[in-house]
Amino acid sequence: MVRYVGGRVGLMTYKILVVDDSRLARMAVAKVLNAVQPEWTRFEASNADEALIMAKSKSTDIALVDFNMPGRDGLTLAAELRELNPSMPVAVVSANHQEEVLRRAREVGAAFLMKPLTQEALSDFLADAQKRLARRQ
Amino acid sequence: MNTQGFPVLSAFELDALAELVNYGVSRAAIALREMVREQVHLSVPEVRVVTRAQAVEILHKREDSGLVAVHQTFDGALNGRALLIFPDANSLELVRAVTGGELPLEDVMELEQEALAETGNVILNNCVATIANMLKCTFKMSLPEVLRGEGPEFFNLPPKAGDVVMFLYINFSVRERNIRGYIAMLMDIPSVIALQQLLNQFIERATGVLEPQSDARY
Repeated sequence: MVRYVGGRVGLMTYKILVVDDSRLARMAVAKVLNAVQPEWTRFEASNADEALIMAKSKSTDIALVDFNMPGRDGLTLAAELRELNPSMPVAVVSANHQEEVLRRAREVGAAFLMKPLTQEALSDFLADAQKRLARRQ
Repeated sequence: MNTQGFPVLSAFELDALAELVNYGVSRAAIALREMVREQVHLSVPEVRVVTRAQAVEILHKREDSGLVAVHQTFDGALNGRALLIFPDANSLELVRAVTGGELPLEDVMELEQEALAETGNVILNNCVATIANMLKCTFKMSLPEVLRGEGPEFFNLPPKAGDVVMFLYINFSVRERNIRGYIAMLMDIPSVIALQQLLNQFIERATGVLEPQSDARY
């Protein structure tokens, strides 16, 4: 992956956390992610508690979070992840794009990506995420 | 098939089916949200292969008063029936919500049957069509019918090939208006077997890998 660092072009890979209670959904995200950013490291969690533990222990850069999960939903988790690391780009991924869900995603500073996830949508989100992470450096 | 003659789906196939149902019901919730202009909350879907008696019991544990169901058959690669079920006490509130809440009570009561059928039609079509698209097949939907009862009436509707149903269950609610309900689907045994094949094709398309064979089956 190409990233601009202080005017120089450098190779940069990131750690991405994928959170979904569905194993199929996690595998589907992995397929798209492998096509878009095959060099990146992927961690998976099946609920909000696991995700928070991983985010703390694995120094996650970016998170993709399902909305409709048992226990705390993806919007709550997105807020918790952003509180833990305010500069972490987070996307809520769901087929449920009701206005209220989109608004809450914006309120917690998360992007919204439609399920099923497409390469184009993920690519756009990750390009934006990389720019934000580069500014953080 | 297991020893009782029930078609069995692996844990991973059920997971994939639940995710498909999630897509379908999300689309249905968006359509309902447009009609009632309030957020529609969805539960995490539960998908089980159960007998008709078990389906009645599952519903009875959650709802012990009169219920109303809008139901439609679907025919094609799979044959079955989709049902939108909610407490009878909610039905006038649902009609009020979809008609804008400005009609007098007597008009709402007169419109009730028609409005329930139309609302059910929009929700069930959105749900079934989304699932069909993801499975890359087509279904022909019948016209909606409205049925009142306690539960057994809904699960004894055709198709009746064998005493087993695919019970897809998801709870939806419009909290601001105290409306809640369930979406369920009934399928006969040949359709559950056909569904298994379609699911495995879907899994391969979505993940790029075949369904792991070591999974436990339920």
